[in-house]
Amino acid sequence: MLRQVEGSRAVAEAVAFCRPEVICAYPISPQTHIVENLSQLVKTGELAPCEFVNVESEFAAMSVAIGASATGARAYTATASQGLLYMTEALYNASGLGLPIVMTVANRAIGAPINIWNDHSDSMSQRDSGWIQLYAETNQEALDLHIQAFRLAEELSTPVMVCMDGFILTHAVERLEIPTQEQVDGFLPPFQPRQVLDPDEPISIGAMVGPEAFMEVKYLAHAKQMQALELIPEIAADFKDVFGRDSGGLIRCYRAEDAETIVLALGSVLGTIKDTIDELRQEGMKIGAVGITSFRPFPLDAVRGALSHSKRVVMLEKALAVGIGGIVSANVRMALAGIQLHGYTVIAGLGGRSITKASLRDLFTDAAADRLEPLTFLDMDWDVVNRELERMGASRASGPHAENILRDVGPVAAGPV
Amino acid sequence: MKAPAIRFYQTGSFAVGNRLLDPEQRSVQAGEQRTNSITCGHRACQGCGEALGARYALDAAMRATNGQMIAANATGCLEVFSTPYPETSWQIPWIHSLFGNAPAVSTGIAAALRAKGREDVRVVGQGGDGGTVDIGMACLSGMFERNDDVLYICYDNEAYMNTGVQRSGATPPAARTATTQAVGPEPGNVFGQGKSAPLIAMAHEIPYVATATVAELRDLEAKVQTAMEIRGARYLHVLVPCPLGWGSASKDTIRIARLAKESGIFPVFEARDGEVTDVSEIRRQVPVEDYLRPQKRFAHLFKPEPRTEVIARIQAGAERNIRRFGLLPDPKEGS
Repeated sequence: MLRQVEGSRAVAEAVAFCRPEVICAYPISPQTHIVENLSQLVKTGELAPCEFVNVESEFAAMSVAIGASATGARAYTATASQGLLYMTEALYNASGLGLPIVMTVANRAIGAPINIWNDHSDSMSQRDSGWIQLYAETNQEALDLHIQAFRLAEELSTPVMVCMDGFILTHAVERLEIPTQEQVDGFLPPFQPRQVLDPDEPISIGAMVGPEAFMEVKYLAHAKQMQALELIPEIAADFKDVFGRDSGGLIRCYRAEDAETIVLALGSVLGTIKDTIDELRQEGMKIGAVGITSFRPFPLDAVRGALSHSKRVVMLEKALAVGIGGIVSANVRMALAGIQLHGYTVIAGLGGRSITKASLRDLFTDAAADRLEPLTFLDMDWDVVNRELERMGASRASGPHAENILRDVGPVAAGPV
Repeated sequence: MKAPAIRFYQTGSFAVGNRLLDPEQRSVQAGEQRTNSITCGHRACQGCGEALGARYALDAAMRATNGQMIAANATGCLEVFSTPYPETSWQIPWIHSLFGNAPAVSTGIAAALRAKGREDVRVVGQGGDGGTVDIGMACLSGMFERNDDVLYICYDNEAYMNTGVQRSGATPPAARTATTQAVGPEPGNVFGQGKSAPLIAMAHEIPYVATATVAELRDLEAKVQTAMEIRGARYLHVLVPCPLGWGSASKDTIRIARLAKESGIFPVFEARDGEVTDVSEIRRQVPVEDYLRPQKRFAHLFKPEPRTEVIARIQAGAERNIRRFGLLPDPKEGS
């Protein structure tokens, strides 16, 4: 059924269709609407049986999910930004224990400086936590990926993070195809845990493992993600059979077959990229895009296959690895080992800075002419940066960067950025 | 269930006298039906108070729940000595997740059981003092505040023993630990404000809070039994001497636990809904010096010369406990 609905509400309904038995939540923007909606669905009895636990921190949220999952319950939570970092220790624990928890990350920047707007710094920081990471391009895909995520997680007994851009997706209202309970029930079988805390069959979960077996246990997490490389496309194909929609998979190509320049990105920015590509195509530029849906596991072969015929790749990233540059780029370059093509890393949209078609158009034009630096910061105000660098050079006690820069930028910061 | 009127006082022998009692009065541990929740072969030190306390507490909980129980464990000695891969001493369903999240993991287990309609299965969370009063305090407080159906047991040995005896929020004043060494003008731990986890638990007005020591194991069993008869958040704080960390003889674990209670250092009581309902009175009061002297962690209080003013401050703390909890019989009643 098509309905005009907010992204968060749509995700909440999709999660509810998956019949989670324990949902734990701690508020953090921009994830809040998802769990608010779920709390309502539980309280009205529309989602039952389900326990909604209001916890005291994200660390507790993931810990409650761990306990619930180990007891054989389908467990779900959602978070973002600082919250994801606050639960880091429990994230590694959930994956190390092989517990198929599903979590939404409403992608948001990490402070300091504190910032509530969208980029991918939060989930990218957890790329090695052992969780599968799926990135949604649209709200329809966000909805669909959650349904696929539970099946994927439980099939492999490993946790899955569905990442969707904070505000841009979570708070956007648009027309979406909402599935029925029957469809979801037909697609997602009941949870059959590989390990469960059961008094009738007592087991110990979480024993200490020394050097004699630690590598083997850790490798199994990797082996599961390698299996996910096969399973993710299979699940997407099954999903299409049941729901009639193409959603999920490892990567998605857009006008990339004959493209000399390929733009690679994750998440909602792909929409703006595709629009820009359409315009440039009309002008004769051979340009296309590759969207990465599965960042963990990273689909090395698929990315290599999609890029190998092109002349250059522009890797547009909403995260910055301070001290080196790109995070996605490093992975893509591994996929391209031995292939000669120009690679450009572009850091864009940090802390919610708009990525406009005008900027992308200039960027892609420069890229097609191989005029880009290896590392570019899209729409960076270098005057502001240089003024602060001068202040630092002039005085030891130059003060906090953020305050200095805000003073420089002035009231503009309150207007459109 | 009221604690049994029969109490055993160790008087130099190890005889406990269960055989003299009617079967229904015997301890859980003396019964053939005991579950050995934590069974033999674990790697605790000789004289470990925590291993003893956990064994009695969990077997009592297993009896109270008819064997329908799941335990969540914080990181710490109890976790490490019980599950060196690929062995486990646990004969109950048991999970260890992290250091600071055992109460939240317990909440998750309880929530899952409720969703599955298996409220006959009960949950026990457990950890040491570091995992409880320090790094686990936020999760513990959250679990209390929501009144989740969990019994949380803290085995308090008053420092981070698993990592080599570092100070915790439960370390008493003047005690030597690896991070409060017996050097300088004020050797040992500072006289801080203290941090009573049982009183913090009571401030949440949860249905049941109790303290116990491994000197009175039948009292511990009775309190576990009482706790398991109640729904909601329950807290049990058990003083468990640590021969390694306290510098005491392995054979003295029970004796030192008793001296902690008999000196007033460690008040043994029960509370319901935030109010103290019962205390274990001191049978024969001893000066704190009797408790401190057998422990090397307090050796700097006695040599090279006695630090009488420090001992007096510790004695004053014990006296305050005695007044506050009414640990001595009222002389006017002539008991």
